[in-house]
Formats: sequence, C-alpha cells, structure tokens
Amino acid sequence: MSLHLLGTSLVAPMASGEGEGFHAPTPEEFYWPIFGSGDWTFTRPMAVFGLSVILISWALIALTKKAAIVPGKGQWLVEQAYDFVRNGLARDIIGSKEFLRFVPLLFSLFVVILVNNLFGIIPPIQYPTMSRIAFPIALTLVVYVVYHIAGMRKKGVGHYLTGMIPKGLPKPIYVLMIPLEYAQFFLIRPLTLALRLFGNMFAGHMLLLLFVMGGEYMLLHGGIGLKITSIGSFAMALIFTAFEALIQFLQAYIFTLLAATYISDAISEEH
Amino acid sequence: MEGNIAILGYGLSAIGPGIGIGLIFAAFINGVARQPEARGMLQGIAILGFALAEALAIFGLVLAFVFR
Repeated sequence: MSLHLLGTSLVAPMASGEGEGFHAPTPEEFYWPIFGSGDWTFTRPMAVFGLSVILISWALIALTKKAAIVPGKGQWLVEQAYDFVRNGLARDIIGSKEFLRFVPLLFSLFVVILVNNLFGIIPPIQYPTMSRIAFPIALTLVVYVVYHIAGMRKKGVGHYLTGMIPKGLPKPIYVLMIPLEYAQFFLIRPLTLALRLFGNMFAGHMLLLLFVMGGEYMLLHGGIGLKITSIGSFAMALIFTAFEALIQFLQAYIFTLLAATYISDAISEEH
Repeated sequence: MEGNIAILGYGLSAIGPGIGIGLIFAAFINGVARQPEARGMLQGIAILGFALAEALAIFGLVLAFVFR
C-alpha cells in the first residue's frame, strides 16, 4: 500500500511484486498523508485546498486591480463568472430585493468548489479536494447556518419554524407532514447537499483511477492480447476525463444553485 | 470471485434516479423544442430537478462504501 501512496495517482505503481494480480482501487487510495501523524496529519487535500485559496485570491486581485471600462481578457473572465453567479443564480432565485447580501457567499462557494473540482483533472495536482467528505461538510455547514439564521432574522424564530409547514391541509395529514417537513429542512437538505458533491467527486476520481490503473496493469503485466486491450482502457480514461470536466463544473453550479434555493426558501414569505 | 455485495445495492439504487433523470431531461428537451426562447428559464428548473433526483443514487453509492 505504501507504494500506492508514494506515486502520483495516475502512475500509481501496482503492488505486483508478489505477482498476486490486479488490485481494484479502494477508498484508501484517497488518503495521502504528507507529514505529521494521527489526528494532526497534514494531507494532500489540505495542501490542494490551500493552493486553491492562494490561487483564487491572487487571480481575483490581479485580474480586477486595473479594472478598465473596456475589459481585457482576464477581467472579462472574472466578470463573466461574477455575472453568472450574481444575475444567473442569485438574482433569479432569491429575488431582486434581497439577493445582494448573499452574492459574496454564493460567489465564493462557486469559485472555491469549481477550482477545487477542476484540480481533479489538472495534471500536476490531480486530486479533487471534495472527494474527502470533510470539505463538503465544512462548506455545507456554512450554508446551513446562513439559511437558518437568515430565515430566523427575517421572520423571527417562532414564525420561521411554523412557516415551514404548509397550511390548509386536513388535520390527520399533519401527523405525517410535520416530521417530514422538519426532517427535510434540518436533516435531508444539508445531508444531500454535502453528499452530492462528495459522491460525484469521489465516484468520478475512482472511475478514472480504475481505468488508468487497469490499463497500466494490462500494459505492464499482461500478455500480448492484454497489451493491445489496454489501449481501450486508456482511451476510456481520456474520454471520462473530458466527461469529468463537465460534471465538475455542473457540481459547482448545482451546489451554488441549491444554496441559493435554500436561502430563498428560508426568507421568502409564501411558505 | 471477490468483491463487496453492498455495491449491488448501489446498482439497485441507481435504477430509480436513472429513470427519473431521463424523464426530467426528456421534458426539458420537449419544452425547448416547442419554445426555444424559454431555454434559460427551463435550464435552471431542469438542473434543479436533476440534482434532487440524483440524491438517491448518491446515497446508494455512499452507503455501499459505509457498510463494507
């Protein structure tokens, strides 16, 4: 196993010295300690996340410092991303009255998740940070606190809690309805928000690992027939890398979209 | 043959969301074909529905690795 951890993810050498055959990738493949041990280990996703924060801060400051009326290429890119989140997500979903307060949060979420996801297929890094469950949980915690606090501030605690239950239903239905609605707002929403991002990144990286490791094994340890078949495996890895890029963008978009939807649900009056 | 039978649970849990996501995007394509200018509005709704339907498959995937 130590051999797996030393190599980069795409050329992970197989522990095949014993000649015991192919090992399919397991979740342990995702644990990459750099230094330290036990609870205080500094791991590879932490390094990647730190790198992403430095990169995003540098890019946003450098590209918008000399903001011109006629934007250059870099400024245009930042403005497109900002416009996409501000007008395409926040204003359309939260409504033009209150959306401005939440734009900084939504824009940060979108950019951080997008860059961290894309790190999953950018060659020297190749590690989607969000495939470790702790990172999506931390981001979800921020969204969870924000939408509850925003709702409670707007309506007051009591009115906020009763406002979650739809009114005008027959009495017996409420026995079923009240637990379901509260479970949805307090458990299912944050749980699915975190698990969706985690699951997509985890499964996608696992798939790439499987194709590349399988192809590598067939190429190095198989007979002549298997060596030819390994081309197919590497081609699939290439195709799925392009597919992953789409999924990674989509997941950043979906996370931000759902965060905006939850905030909108919490502060809107009609519920 | 080795492996983990919990993965079969993931296969089962992927059936429902698979059908659901197919229905959602079929409706989306129908809507855009009939009224191309409504594309922007429909896209957000379709992606939202897709995300909600997908949640069950993701649960299946995660639980397959939790109960090894």
